[in-house]
Amino acid sequence: MSAQGPALGERQRAAIEERGPGPVGVTLSVNGEERSLEIEPRVSLLDALREHLELTGAKKGCDQGTCGACTVRVDDRRVLACLTLAMTCEGREVTTVEGLAEHGELHAMQRAFIAEDAFQCGYCTPGQIMSAVALLEEGHAGDDAEIKEWMSGNLCRCAAYPHIRAAIRSVRDGQRR
Amino acid sequence: MTATAPPAPAIGQSLDRVDGRQKVTGAARYSAEIPLHGIAYAHLVGARIAGGRITAVDAGAARAADGVLAVLTHENLEKIASLPPLLPSLAGSAAPGQTFFPMQDATVHYAGQPVAVVVADTHERARHAASLVRVRYEESSSVTTIDQGRDQAYEPEAIFADFIPGRSGRGDIEAGIAQAEALVQGEFSYAANHHNPIEPSATTAQWDGDELVLHDATQGVNATRLTVAALLGLPITKVRVVSHFVGGSFGSKAMIWHHPALAAMAAREVGRPVKLSLTREQMFTSCGHREEQEQRITLGATRDGKLTALRHHKLSPTSPFDHWAEPSLGVASQIYGCPHYEGVYRLIRANTMTPTFTRCPGEASGMHALECSMDELAQQLGLDPLELRLRNISDTDPATGHPWSSSGLKECYERGAARFGWHDRDPEPGRRREGHWLIGTGMATAGYPVYQPNNPQRARARIYADGTAVVQAATPDFGTGVATVMTQVAAETLGISVDRCRFENGDTDLPNISAAVGSSGAGMISAAVHTAAKALRDQLVTRAVADSGSPLHGADPATVTVRDGVMTAGSDAESYADLLRRNFQPDAEASGAWMPAEATEQYGMMTFGAQFAEVAVDAELGLIRVRRLTGAFAPGRVLNPKTCRSQLIGGMLWGLGQALLESNRMQPRTGRWANSNLGEYLIAVNADVPDVDIELVDVEDRIVNPLGVKGVGEVGQVGVSAAIANAVHHATGRRVRKVPITIEDML
Repeated sequence: MSAQGPALGERQRAAIEERGPGPVGVTLSVNGEERSLEIEPRVSLLDALREHLELTGAKKGCDQGTCGACTVRVDDRRVLACLTLAMTCEGREVTTVEGLAEHGELHAMQRAFIAEDAFQCGYCTPGQIMSAVALLEEGHAGDDAEIKEWMSGNLCRCAAYPHIRAAIRSVRDGQRR
Repeated sequence: MTATAPPAPAIGQSLDRVDGRQKVTGAARYSAEIPLHGIAYAHLVGARIAGGRITAVDAGAARAADGVLAVLTHENLEKIASLPPLLPSLAGSAAPGQTFFPMQDATVHYAGQPVAVVVADTHERARHAASLVRVRYEESSSVTTIDQGRDQAYEPEAIFADFIPGRSGRGDIEAGIAQAEALVQGEFSYAANHHNPIEPSATTAQWDGDELVLHDATQGVNATRLTVAALLGLPITKVRVVSHFVGGSFGSKAMIWHHPALAAMAAREVGRPVKLSLTREQMFTSCGHREEQEQRITLGATRDGKLTALRHHKLSPTSPFDHWAEPSLGVASQIYGCPHYEGVYRLIRANTMTPTFTRCPGEASGMHALECSMDELAQQLGLDPLELRLRNISDTDPATGHPWSSSGLKECYERGAARFGWHDRDPEPGRRREGHWLIGTGMATAGYPVYQPNNPQRARARIYADGTAVVQAATPDFGTGVATVMTQVAAETLGISVDRCRFENGDTDLPNISAAVGSSGAGMISAAVHTAAKALRDQLVTRAVADSGSPLHGADPATVTVRDGVMTAGSDAESYADLLRRNFQPDAEASGAWMPAEATEQYGMMTFGAQFAEVAVDAELGLIRVRRLTGAFAPGRVLNPKTCRSQLIGGMLWGLGQALLESNRMQPRTGRWANSNLGEYLIAVNADVPDVDIELVDVEDRIVNPLGVKGVGEVGQVGVSAAIANAVHHATGRRVRKVPITIEDML
């Protein structure tokens, strides 16, 4: 998880001061597509995605930054969408689980989660997958101890953890394409 | 000979989940994710006091806030039409979680009880306006913990919606204790647990005239339907409940709590569809919990380890409304042959919700006390803990004397022990050390009853003229894999491949299935699906042999086999599809209903298993780490080893959580739960859990249901906390009789 939110540029800071508290126009780039919406500045990225853009892949498990179910990528970092204001993501590229598959072809991590049965109810799964993909990119999947540590921000109440680790290992080891 | 080849096996294969793609792509829509035009958002306001009455509500500021459509309180909410009695949802009736409905008067019975519902046009505005509702209370004294209410404890005639007697026994307990040559006594305490599925409960309610559609996160769509219909005074036919995806439940969505009816009332009030999602904090005061409890055990045995007496008493708080305790004394009274037994439940009326099913409700807590005591008894007698259990294994259900429908317990002990490497164990505690870690191992027995429905379980099977089939039943899939395994059951029974078969579920418009609770789902739903699919297969075979245009004409139906949709008798064959097309039939359909046979009452029915754990305890810091878990289980027919293992692993890791992590503390002065969030209510995270080793022991059960399926949703959890506690004792010499066992207990 990112230790700090995306830094604000001068232009953005001025823009935020001028807008709100009522609904304002916000443009987000989500999964490569520009989306315009009218939202109050207090709307989180998670609620913007789920309630305004009908992208319900990112899940609301706690709305408090404790469960990881809302994990999405903003630019090249994984963030908790419930603790990120939507407005602060203007000018950035937001990627959700819906944007992971390319041309209907599942991402290797999505395939590995199915093959290893790395979920049951599926509610934490989008967040787990977004974290798992980032984990490999960050180079934090060297061994099981490292995977355990770096995946512990994503809670799974079905406790599919051993299979989540197996899925990450299998993608890391290139067993699945 | 290919002509009599058996159907291609689908049952027992490790098929990937049929809903896997939807779940990994974010396409699966849960109950708070239904896109409806003009939807409004409801937000609950909970009582801040644990007991007393509301003296005034000032909702002016909330009503004046931007976007607010309604503020409902006890002063203006409609009155409920009727309050159905509390019945476990497996019974197939209305199933309110407690015999109480809020906002009908000014009385406050527990903290968090809904006192207002705010509806607004956006989530943010509803939530903000909810913070503006001012409620004034007159607070009275409250009891929320065992310590506060110990003096007022009472012995109920019955608990658990009157299904279980408050006191039970066999033999002569005093005589059994007098006969004992070794005696172990222990008092165990348990923290309250909360389910915390990652999906908070949610209901989306939509009216169309006088017809109501609810998208509800539930273990039983018909339980939601019947409960809401009764509360709102609606004909059952006017309520439809849909639940295609449920983000975990673990009992929290097994009974029907207040929010589905409140969502429906709010939607009617504002004339728009309404979504009511509980916040994480509200999940701790809206759908019951596993109650705080104390259990006292006296265990007597002869010198050679034969049990002579088991006295098992439980004390726990219940709500002001219901005599509820999780049935902790059940399995613990049945697992070993012990001639003299006494079990007593005592309750305390407290200012909390009615406790409810929480995964392994009672079986886990009761077996924890028994299995820790067995470990202590083994130590006292100088016997290996596994050997002590083998000496007390029972071929019959000790509670009734009936034979087990199937067991496999002995094989579970043997194979679990072999995989784990139990037999090399030095019984002396505190002997094994690796650096600053003390290492210990422990084991325990697992058992979970096979609960049966008491009403017909129905399914419908239809095959189309292109050879594809759909099989339907109302049940939701809340992560168990039921949609996957029922596809397999239907495909194999029909004699078609799984990719030609689709299971549709999660909708009251489909044939009735009771709420899948108490690990009953796989058994009862497979029975219904098998019955329906077999009826359809038989219908088509009967039609073919009677049809002069069919190559099968005149064949004995009993000799016909079906594989890949082709019916074959000797050298003659015709596909289902050809039969239908030739007769200008677009499809064929059959229904099936199943109820347990009366003969099942002549058997004890239980899924058995054995648990083994290895822990490491940091001698200086008191940290406890579970290094290995092995579980061996005999769940009858395994429909899908992949999903079966996942459920067993999940159950075992719940046992780890119960042993070392999970606890919500009640603040006795305020009557409020102290740690109602996922940062402070600890559940197992990835770093807490080792890899889990599962062994499946084959047993055939011809009694429980047509396919011999005993269920795996909960048995994985039974005994794990005891195996871990016993391992902690083996590592450190400390016998801790509370859960969770935490660092403080090791210092």
